Amino acid sequence: MWKWLHPYANPEVSYHFTNKLLPWLSALTVIFLTIGLVWALLFAPADYQQGHSFRIFYIHVPAASLSMGIYVAMAIAAFSSLVWQLKLADASAAAMAPVGAAFTAIALITGAAWGKPMWGTWWIWDARLTSELILLFLYLGVIALHNAFEDKNLAGKAAGILTLVGVINIPIIKYSVEWWNTLHQGSTVSKLGKPSMSLDMLWPFIFCFIGFSLLVSVIICLRFRNEILARNSIRPWVRELVQQSTVK
Amino acid sequence: MTLKAPSALETEKLAVTLDDTLIENSIIENTALKSIAQSPQHLSYRHAFMLVLKRDLTIAMRHKDDIINPLLFFVIVVTLFPLGIGPEAQTLSRIAPGIIWVAALLATLLSLDRLFKSDHLDGSLEQMLLSPHPIFVLVLAKIFAHWLITGLPLLLIAPLLAVLLHLNEQSYTALLLTLLLGTPVLSLLGAVGVALTVGIKKGGVLLSLLVLPLYIPVLIFATSAIDTAALGLPYSGQLAIIAALFFGSLTLAPFAVGAALKVSTN
Repeated sequence: MWKWLHPYANPEVSYHFTNKLLPWLSALTVIFLTIGLVWALLFAPADYQQGHSFRIFYIHVPAASLSMGIYVAMAIAAFSSLVWQLKLADASAAAMAPVGAAFTAIALITGAAWGKPMWGTWWIWDARLTSELILLFLYLGVIALHNAFEDKNLAGKAAGILTLVGVINIPIIKYSVEWWNTLHQGSTVSKLGKPSMSLDMLWPFIFCFIGFSLLVSVIICLRFRNEILARNSIRPWVRELVQQSTVK
Repeated sequence: MTLKAPSALETEKLAVTLDDTLIENSIIENTALKSIAQSPQHLSYRHAFMLVLKRDLTIAMRHKDDIINPLLFFVIVVTLFPLGIGPEAQTLSRIAPGIIWVAALLATLLSLDRLFKSDHLDGSLEQMLLSPHPIFVLVLAKIFAHWLITGLPLLLIAPLLAVLLHLNEQSYTALLLTLLLGTPVLSLLGAVGVALTVGIKKGGVLLSLLVLPLYIPVLIFATSAIDTAALGLPYSGQLAIIAALFFGSLTLAPFAVGAALKVSTN
């Protein structure tokens, strides 16, 4: 496996690799997201209890689960950069952080928009909402720490340590918030019963979910490419690349 | 053990004879650091721990305002709440645990900056990292010193503030026990944040951004323990979880601090 992975530690190789990946990923994203969103927002049956407002679920749930998934991915990247000193892992973690923060914000905002018709209020100190909010704070902390350092390598390492500390803390925070919630107030409205979801609601959801995951990967690839270029701006191959593109 | 006596004597002698505190401090630092750096094979872990602890405590004693200011801040913040909310005893006793704990979080946060900053500025932090002793021990000593300087005074003054806030009489033990177990966690987790931001010029605000979300579990379990105690119910469960957080951070945080310090000092 190392032999196979090894060449991608070279910035130039992985730059071209992401270049090759991008058109495929973007095409798939467009396909999945169009099918998923059109199906979900126009053709999927409305929920018998929640009516049409339930459709926001098709954006809310993928965003919420991706916000957590990106944090884990970031932690894995941070771990491999700290243990194996892979500089590109730092670059990828740096590329992921703002995307994760954006998706956490999307999950929170769509959650609030969903909560208004369902619970009659924009915000409830529900355990899931609260832990999502704290996740947003953790993301913002990582991004702020990243921006605070002049030297990008140092920034990556520092943010990596913070990410790892955060990933240990996330389960603790999550359970403590859940416990806090049950102690301080009665359990709030439970969300959709998932297993009872009918198939013609489930299929568009699967499409949306895959579509949003692909969208995330496209954005991360774009950002990752830029990170590589920014960090290697003095290397000859980057200069050649710039010259080529300016000549065209 | 032969080395300990002369260095301790030396520092005391110097402390008596020299007037200029700045020179004193640097010499104390130097003697402590020298004995750490020079004699790797003779110095046990415990000895190294004690040396760093003694050095930090001595420096803190020379700058007493560093100890007093966070405490004053703690008292003032707690005083502001009744002024803002109103003097009804019932309301106050209901929110007292939260107020005391949030104020304790903020006071700890305020004092964290000192943990590594001055050492970083005068270069002794780098010397410490270069010494052959495991960073774990040295960092643990520094954090313990920080807790003795800031956490312990909070613990001692908290009952007084609890009286001001009409805290339920049954919850005093719970308040003290949660502070006793919880404030070290604050110091340990905070040390990670300080270590990450020590090299940054405007690290203060950033530090609070990084550290406060990590403090949430302690806050939740501490206040819930005090609330439970006010109802006369057993609160050993919450205490056990805070103790678990304490031991978890005690074993893991110094590693993170060490790694972060290496990054910061580069």
